[in-house]
Amino acid sequence: MSGVDPDVVSPDAPAAPPRANGELVFDEPWESRAFGVAVALHDAGVVDFEAFRARLIGEIGEWEGAHAPEDEGYRYYERWLTALERTLLAERIVEPASLVVARETIARDWEHDHRH
Amino acid sequence: MSHDHHHAHDHDELALRAAALEAVLVEKGLLTTDQIDAIVERYERDLGPQNGARVVARAWVDDDYRQRLLTDGAAAIDELGYGGFEGDTMVVVENTPDVHNVVVCTLCSCYPWPVLGLPPTWYKSPAYRARVVAEPRSVLREFGLELPAGKAIRVWDSTSEVRYLVLPERPEGTEEMEEDELATLVTRDSMIGTGLASAAT
Repeated sequence: MSGVDPDVVSPDAPAAPPRANGELVFDEPWESRAFGVAVALHDAGVVDFEAFRARLIGEIGEWEGAHAPEDEGYRYYERWLTALERTLLAERIVEPASLVVARETIARDWEHDHRH
Repeated sequence: MSHDHHHAHDHDELALRAAALEAVLVEKGLLTTDQIDAIVERYERDLGPQNGARVVARAWVDDDYRQRLLTDGAAAIDELGYGGFEGDTMVVVENTPDVHNVVVCTLCSCYPWPVLGLPPTWYKSPAYRARVVAEPRSVLREFGLELPAGKAIRVWDSTSEVRYLVLPERPEGTEEMEEDELATLVTRDSMIGTGLASAAT
């Protein structure tokens, strides 16, 4: 039981849950931002975490309704991010147009960084 | 190649959406980048199973504490300073020679953050969430945990109201150990129920 158990899953085991131990909390930096934003909004009293959780459960349920448990492509933080976007849009805390503008600006910046 | 490309593109897309959302909220003055940084750092570094391990080790050496922990989990955990968000109502379930407990959240990913930190990827996976309820014994076997046929398995489904923490059995041969040393035997998985506290070496 000592040491780090690498994320090894027998490929022929049906829907074997991945069993990483001692792994990073977040796989990608954007996941940590999406997580941090939701908790910060709760801390600031902007978003009721239970309302967010209800949407998260809905997002997860939607994916599971369309896939078998062993299907690949499930990304928990993608569900999380979508639930967060929908909560903020539904409660009119964020306007769709401002998201589009921010997205275009950031995409341009990233493209620019990429070229240099 | 095309699959890799597609995969990278998906991640860029998600990163872009997350960055745009953060930028809009910061621009509106609803939160700051520093606040988000602090939260991420706290969950990456300060909160984790090391906290739960202290709780379990205390329960192993102090029977009064163990009783309080089983009676009112959140209050007893708070005694050690590990209260907080997503740990308001804690139910501690004790493994015994006859019963093994295992925790899941079938609807999403509810988990006792103050004592275990954020859940591992497998805990959030559709496969674990669906299968541990239907066939706990075989799922535990895949984790390398072979339980005697006579041992009952109880599966606890976490909700937004109640979070569960498994109190694993104290390994044999640890009678001489102090609390600090005992805490090092308590793995994250032993507190979810997909493992046991490590045997003393």
